[in-house]
Amino acid sequence: MSDIAIELRGIDKSFGLVHANKNINLTVRKGTIHGIIGENGAGKSTLMSILYGFYQADKGDIVIDGKTVTIKDPNAAIASGIGMVHQHFMLVENFTVLENVMLGAEDSQILNTSISKARVELKRLEKEYALEVNPDALIEQLPVGLQQRVEILKALYRKADILILDEPTGVLTPPEADHLFRILGQLKDQGKTIIFITHKLREIMAITDEVSVMRRGEMVATCKTKETSVEELAELMVGRRVLLRVEKGAANPGEVKLAVENLTVRDSRGVTMVDNVSFNLRAGEIVGIAGVAGNGQSELLEAISGIRKAVGGKVLLNGQPIDVTAHVDPRDLRDRGLAHVPEDRHHVGLVLKFEEAENGILGYHHDKRYLKGVFLNTKAIQADAEEKIKKYDIRPPNPRLKTANFSGGNQQKIVLAREMERGPDVLIIGQPTRGVDVGAIEFIHKRIIEMRDQGKAVLLVSVELDEIRALSDRIIVMFAGRVVGERDPDATEGELGLLMAGVEGRKEAAE
Amino acid sequence: MDLFHTIIAILESTIRVSVPLIFAALAGLFTERAGVFDIGLEGKMLGAAFAAGAVAAVTGNVMMGLMAAVLISVLLSLVHGYASITQRGSQIVSGVAINFIVAGSTVILGEAWFRQGGRTPALSGDARFQTVTLPFADAVRDVPFLGPIYSELLSGHFILTYVAFALVPFSWWVLYRTRFGLRLRAVGENPSAVDTAGISVIWLRYRAVICCGILCGFAGAYLSLAMSAGFVKGMTAGKGYIALAALIFAKWRPVNIMLACLLFGFLDAFAIRLQGNPLPLIGQVPVQLMQALPYILTVILLAGFIGKAIPPKAGGIPYVKER
Repeated sequence: MSDIAIELRGIDKSFGLVHANKNINLTVRKGTIHGIIGENGAGKSTLMSILYGFYQADKGDIVIDGKTVTIKDPNAAIASGIGMVHQHFMLVENFTVLENVMLGAEDSQILNTSISKARVELKRLEKEYALEVNPDALIEQLPVGLQQRVEILKALYRKADILILDEPTGVLTPPEADHLFRILGQLKDQGKTIIFITHKLREIMAITDEVSVMRRGEMVATCKTKETSVEELAELMVGRRVLLRVEKGAANPGEVKLAVENLTVRDSRGVTMVDNVSFNLRAGEIVGIAGVAGNGQSELLEAISGIRKAVGGKVLLNGQPIDVTAHVDPRDLRDRGLAHVPEDRHHVGLVLKFEEAENGILGYHHDKRYLKGVFLNTKAIQADAEEKIKKYDIRPPNPRLKTANFSGGNQQKIVLAREMERGPDVLIIGQPTRGVDVGAIEFIHKRIIEMRDQGKAVLLVSVELDEIRALSDRIIVMFAGRVVGERDPDATEGELGLLMAGVEGRKEAAE
Repeated sequence: MDLFHTIIAILESTIRVSVPLIFAALAGLFTERAGVFDIGLEGKMLGAAFAAGAVAAVTGNVMMGLMAAVLISVLLSLVHGYASITQRGSQIVSGVAINFIVAGSTVILGEAWFRQGGRTPALSGDARFQTVTLPFADAVRDVPFLGPIYSELLSGHFILTYVAFALVPFSWWVLYRTRFGLRLRAVGENPSAVDTAGISVIWLRYRAVICCGILCGFAGAYLSLAMSAGFVKGMTAGKGYIALAALIFAKWRPVNIMLACLLFGFLDAFAIRLQGNPLPLIGQVPVQLMQALPYILTVILLAGFIGKAIPPKAGGIPYVKER
């Protein structure tokens, strides 16, 4: 028995003109957590898909436990002891946990016998790895964290010794992510080998033993996590030095640009999501709203930007009231100087099937600059797009390319360019760097600070506490729809964490 | 007592007209649960009815007719499968194309082969399904109330009628109690989950489509070999679409499908019964209105009364491995 679980030798893979993996070598030791980090599109997922039999490599060998194997489909991967937890869960939502776990691994034509066997085995796995989940619950009724646990159980049920997790924390809240890390630690202690793919440096530092860095289809380095640093990894990933900390001067707050008074918002089920929230946003400052996802931040943004009706309260934009409890026309708000970068750029911010240039004017298409009579002035639109592409370094620099073909970071830049270049008085930004690469994060953060320094009022909502702390001049913490505290940006992470968990806030509210 | 016999007669014909709907709707159940929408039930049924009528007329053997029906219907299903599973074409376009091709070609072939204006020759004797009399049907005929129900309503149907009703629990069992059924339902909801579990999405969907073909074959054979004595052009008369409506109405569940088909069958039987007879209080009702009722009912009930009918999530979308 060697102590090497997987060895990849000279793996090469192209999709048409795209050279996704170039001569990749990778060695993963048994019983370790091995991180693979790289920007979106660096080829991490392709490499793992080759390992899981989704694609065949053009060249190269896969060696598992000292034996060279051919993995021609997921079945072969499962037989070699490889299990995969996909970024988008491979679960049937209206099936029970048990049915999902055994799908494809049923041991007889008739279900009843398979079900009882699976139930016993699932119980054993739950005990052995402390992964409790109700086997008869429907997947669609489980929170995301538990759904992911089902994915892990699925792999273990198939007797996987090597577990690949593809961007597992992308869909998780911070406490869920912490829980996942504890589970991974346990699995490691039980002798499992774990390959952990991410583009988040912090996670790599937190749980991996070794880390390999990919950049543009190449494996650029492998090192022991202990012997490296966040800065070094970031540089390896991006290929140049990256400023992880944003440089910013002191804020110079001016007059109140946006005043929110006793705002109350209910969601479509009638549950109160924003409960009597009040705050002011001044020119020349960034106010960050911290909180665990789902504590009313999304609804707050939607109400202010006119997407969702509020049930009570007032909002003043530049001193003029917005009729938030009645019908608000987002276009009217835009004309009055409010710009909104929505949290969900795919569904709200962009039409993915449109060309870049078309998305660049979305919502501003009635502007005279882009019109020639009743027709669109395509030349002006094109020129406008080219200008923004240059200024925001959007890649590839092709305004005619379908937006779906840009990476997450570049898509976000398209939205930011559209909203920021209008020079709004108030800029509302939701999750500015969700799914965005390190290099682009740096750029986006700089632009946000620039907006502030130009005297714009910026309201920032993010589930990344680091981001909130780095950018904000004031931090408002939301819990269960209420504002539970306001802190300076130099408040410690622990203090903010307690507020976000609703521990401190209750005391404060009681006083 | 007269009313009682009228009711028995209407229910008896309800069963008779429901049978092809049940076959066709169950056929649709198998493909649609696997994620392949099938608007071509109508065409497959019609093709099967023609094949059954033609082969039974030539061979004089009803079983040969049935086999021909199943064969043609499965072949048409495979065409639909090839277009929509292998070539990832539009499932709606492929289904509609099949409907048109069959509607035209059955008439052309029928005229070329038999020269009876698109009909196949009238069938009799062994070339046609005979009704089955259940045991003791004659003996209990005179028992009050239960007697007529047994001997007139339940007895005296074609063997295919009993097969259709037996297929309802059988389909339920296959879908919910076998490995094939579990995988079939999974592939209609999330084919990627099936693929990553190491099962072939394509082969699974083809099997579902073949099941659909077999059942449509039965539906067609019932039309030309049991309900009528031979094929008449356009004899499905929209039954494939009513079956689709029943499938949606039943939210893609086997027992609900039977009930929905019986309801639609009842409306049909009732409409036939009403022809020329005024309804009490309302007066004369146009036949067309009664014939439109199943569709109107589907729209109204779906819109407000039975809640949302949620189709299989991956329905209608060809499976492409993600990059």
